Amino acid sequence: MNHLPLIIKREYLTKVRNKSFVIMTFLSPIIFVGIFALVAYLSNLNNDTVRKISVLDESGLFLTEFKSTAQTHYILLPNISLDEAKKDAQTDETYGLLYIPDSESLESISKGITFFSEESPSLPFMNSINKMLESKVNTLKLKEAGMDSDVIKDLRININANQETFKGEETSKLGSGLKLIFGGAAGYLLFMFIIIYGNMIMRSVIEEKTSRVIEVIISSVKPRLLLLGKIFGTTLAGITQFLIWVILILVLMTVVTSVFGIDPSAGSPSQQAIESTIDGGTQQVLNDILIEINNLPITNLIIMFVLFFVGGYLLYASLYAAVGAAVDSETDTQQFMMPILMPLILAVYVGFFTVIDNPHGTVSQVFSYIPFTSPVVMLMRIPFGVPIWQQVVSVLILFGTFIGMVWFAAKIYRVGILMYGKKPSYKEIFKWLKY
Amino acid sequence: MEKLLVVNNVSKNYGDYTALNDVSIEVEKGSIFGLLGPNGAGKTTLIRIINQITMPDTGSVILDGEPLKPDHVRYIGYLPEERGLYKTMKVGEQALYLAQLKGLSKQEAKQRLKYWFDRLDIGDWWDKKIQELSKGMAQKIQFVVTVLHNPKLLIFDEPFSGFDPINANLIKDEILKLRDDGATVIFSTHRMESVEEMCDHIALINKSNKILDGKLVDIKRQYKNNIFEIGLITPNHAATTASLKEKFEIFPTTFKSINEELKYKVKLPDSVSTNEFVNYLTSQGQLTHFVEVIPSASDIFIETIQNNQL
Repeated sequence: MNHLPLIIKREYLTKVRNKSFVIMTFLSPIIFVGIFALVAYLSNLNNDTVRKISVLDESGLFLTEFKSTAQTHYILLPNISLDEAKKDAQTDETYGLLYIPDSESLESISKGITFFSEESPSLPFMNSINKMLESKVNTLKLKEAGMDSDVIKDLRININANQETFKGEETSKLGSGLKLIFGGAAGYLLFMFIIIYGNMIMRSVIEEKTSRVIEVIISSVKPRLLLLGKIFGTTLAGITQFLIWVILILVLMTVVTSVFGIDPSAGSPSQQAIESTIDGGTQQVLNDILIEINNLPITNLIIMFVLFFVGGYLLYASLYAAVGAAVDSETDTQQFMMPILMPLILAVYVGFFTVIDNPHGTVSQVFSYIPFTSPVVMLMRIPFGVPIWQQVVSVLILFGTFIGMVWFAAKIYRVGILMYGKKPSYKEIFKWLKY
Repeated sequence: MEKLLVVNNVSKNYGDYTALNDVSIEVEKGSIFGLLGPNGAGKTTLIRIINQITMPDTGSVILDGEPLKPDHVRYIGYLPEERGLYKTMKVGEQALYLAQLKGLSKQEAKQRLKYWFDRLDIGDWWDKKIQELSKGMAQKIQFVVTVLHNPKLLIFDEPFSGFDPINANLIKDEILKLRDDGATVIFSTHRMESVEEMCDHIALINKSNKILDGKLVDIKRQYKNNIFEIGLITPNHAATTASLKEKFEIFPTTFKSINEELKYKVKLPDSVSTNEFVNYLTSQGQLTHFVEVIPSASDIFIETIQNNQL
């Protein structure tokens, strides 16, 4: 008599048919894409406004530097006094007035530069103005010192050290960034998955207790089987939801970007600035990214992602189920949630700080073996190249612990589901293990 | 008589607490066995052990000649005291699920469910959710789910709680019918009148120990004290009373009657037979009432527990 498929099917169907589950499944992507569209739309709106800047350059040194763009119009004022300029700027409803005084030395000119405006100007705008003036002043200073700025430019050599592993694989800073993104995304995905669906398992165990159906069920099936069925059923429901989310978000994103004509990759001035520094080498960068992706240990990553994801999730899921069995209602779960969440949060911290800092340091290594943190930490380390034997050992430890944890959880579960009334203490739960 | 269930010297401890201490019972095939005892005596623990929900520390359980094994759950139907159903599941789906867990095929479960739903006149509940039903209605579903797989052994823990008198009677008749069809029933309740009506055999558990066990009639025979309740019309009540008092131990009593008569409970010494007593009474006057006082299950319950506590 194998009831496991039957239990999994029921758990799955109950979850999937649950109204709030259905609503969340379809609403979340809509909200997500909606917010994205709104933000993109608003920032687009922002970009459409044209900034008029009055410039009063008494020194006359910078006149050639102000080049109007689609979003910023520079109005060079003739020789009028500062007070008049201020008045004009206010009546013309300009964004602000940039005042550059005349003086003997470049230093005192630089110190005297002032930007007048109604409200404080935006930070990126001020940065770009400052940078522009700065480079001009620097060039002038170099000239003063008798140096040709063109010569200096020629002399400057950018260093971007080539990175290569001993095995001869070329790596790069870009690659490291990509690795971080891959590892971070994997670790974070697991973290979210555990919290969302672990809670769901816990609630489903509590529901069985509060509806008192549990004793009827376990007079037919072993508690361990019910526990496993619950974990697998909920996990499948979770995967279903995740897939729908991913598909819906992709579809909606495509629709939204094409309908509203928002190009998510372009738009904001800061991005334009970054792009211009790449200097038309976008194609080159894209190629580099593709090469780096190819350089990542893809097969290794995928296999280990699946193993660690499954192992880590199951490990925590059984813990959540045990907590659900120990209490009567969701409000009682607080004191037991801390010990579950602590290692999880620790794993994410170690992942995002220590691993990024030093993927193969002692701390990173140790935490990638501890089963409660290894799924997140090891997943983040793997893109940086971890010997296969280390990965295998870590997976084995993880699954070994999972089996132990199911035994432990089943013990608590078996006793806990039949206990009603008072909230148990840790001491009592420890005693249950011996029943 | 053949035994369906034999529990041999079962003990169960939870930490320092002893829930069952060396308890043995034997349940005959086709009988209704009353498992009685005050709250917290250990009845539920014993029932859970029979259902393999918990394992005994020592002792063994034999079902139909075989030591209890996991496969046996399909021969047992259990209606626990703490019972319920999945609130958001539909009645039909839920019943099918629970029946399949007991080893029925979906097809068979469907057929039997139809039979039972028609029988209890609840066919139109199939697509309702449990949370839409009243407590009594849900209890009916629960009863059907318990008996659906035609178990050899039925265990009911307080089966009538939550039922109105009409439905309680309906369920009682169904239980008796199941017994007549060959099922064996273990029945745990605090409602002594149902014990009186239904049980062939009872066991009384108090503070983890079995303190009484036997056929209900035998126990009653054992507990009767040779006390008779009499009604007597005599020319001179005072003289007769004095004479009775001299010969026997008497207690005042009341019962409904249309006559003005002497009413007493009389304890007969073993030396006097019933016939001699009747002869004596008729010589005193007109005998209108003569009943042997038989202890009720409730009396036996209270007396035994109280004696046990001393």
